[in-house]
Amino acid sequence: MRYVKAENLETAAALLNGEPGISRILAGGTDVLVQLRSEAVEPDLIVDMKYLDGMRDITPEDGGFRVGAAVSGAELGEHKEVCALWPGVVEGFELIGSTQVQSRATMAGNLCNGSPAADSVPGMIAANATARIFGPEGFRNCPVADIPVSPGKTSLAKGEFITSILLPARPARASDAYLRFIPRTEMDIAVSSAAVSLELDGDGTCTAARVVIGAVAPTVLLVQDAGAALEGTKLDDAAIAKMVQAVEAACSPIDDKRGTVEFRTKTAGVLAKRAALIAYERAGGKK
Amino acid sequence: MKNFHVSTTINGDDAEFICTPDETLLDVLRNRLGLTGAKEGCGTGDCGACSVTLNGRLVCSCLVLGAEAEGAEIETIEGMADGDDLHPLQRVFIDKAALQCGVCTPGILVAARSLLEKNPEPTDEEIRYWLAGNLCRCTGYDKIIKAVQIAAAEMRSV
Ligand code: FES
Ligand code: FES
Repeated sequence: MRYVKAENLETAAALLNGEPGISRILAGGTDVLVQLRSEAVEPDLIVDMKYLDGMRDITPEDGGFRVGAAVSGAELGEHKEVCALWPGVVEGFELIGSTQVQSRATMAGNLCNGSPAADSVPGMIAANATARIFGPEGFRNCPVADIPVSPGKTSLAKGEFITSILLPARPARASDAYLRFIPRTEMDIAVSSAAVSLELDGDGTCTAARVVIGAVAPTVLLVQDAGAALEGTKLDDAAIAKMVQAVEAACSPIDDKRGTVEFRTKTAGVLAKRAALIAYERAGGKK
Repeated sequence: MKNFHVSTTINGDDAEFICTPDETLLDVLRNRLGLTGAKEGCGTGDCGACSVTLNGRLVCSCLVLGAEAEGAEIETIEGMADGDDLHPLQRVFIDKAALQCGVCTPGILVAARSLLEKNPEPTDEEIRYWLAGNLCRCTGYDKIIKAVQIAAAEMRSV
């Protein structure tokens, strides 16, 4: 195994592209090192990205924030403005692992690990976040929603890696929330999860909604119909019921010891409802 | 495998070591530097027995490569006492019997110190969440939480 500290984007992309064996990108290492230690993956090349310019920075951009790919959960959680603008994204990311893991774990890593139960991903997709990707062809931008393709697989091509994630600007009356179900209070993998991002007008009517569910399909899933059910409403019971129905209809979970199909489907709906109500209140909506 | 020559600061002293690319910081501390306070419980980030701070942040040293530590400041349990004077956390853990076999204790002490630096007056709940990644298979957590509270109160009063 070779370990290389990337010196610039171009050499990193060239190294990854030229490696005939297995390569891994290292930022926080909380997945890569576990794979290495458990011998689940034996990489030939590890490229450490966290020392590259901008990788550890959180930078305001057009009213939103660009979050470098090596920014840790602890660093994002300490950033007051990001927490105020996208509380649901931050709370999802902060649910991952222990204090120790939070010191190193990154959103880009959580995304590229490709787990349908990844806690930071529903919030990013609800936020309509965009990943900036560098590769042999240079930079491109890609919606976060289009990156996971199946458990453990992403749409990134060989030699490509994420350099930052843009959490966009949002109107004044807007907020988001993320909830997951686990059988205990900490340190577990979501059995099901939901993130909801809402925009409201002056009288509290929802003008835009994105509802995203996790751990109930091969990838984290944006449920268009569920968002549409909330738009034009003040999240009255009928609108919520319609949204829950759309969420349940979109679920296609696996059945395993952590949760049955029925349980996962039911809880995804309940979590989406609760997250929607929290987001509504955070956005200044009154019920 | 190409060996790395790494320069760091450990507990305030310059430290240099050689390691292979796949060697973890935990292995380096224990096997190359003789700092055996950090323990390997799981090797996969679950138990916290290997906790150290890296540039001021609490991490599992089993999830850090030795090569990544170039230029870093590392604090381990070995740097916690001031000579023969134990840190209040260490002393209270002994006084209040907040340990049995002691395998988890170095990690818990390092983690608790990093909590108290950030939050000198935590609630029980905050301590429990902060230490959720530090597993103890003997003591039961109550004595540990109480010991952290007592040490925190003592540290606030000086
Ligand atoms: S040995 Fe590092 S967390 Fe268990
Ligand atoms: S005292 Fe034995 S594991 Fe904690």
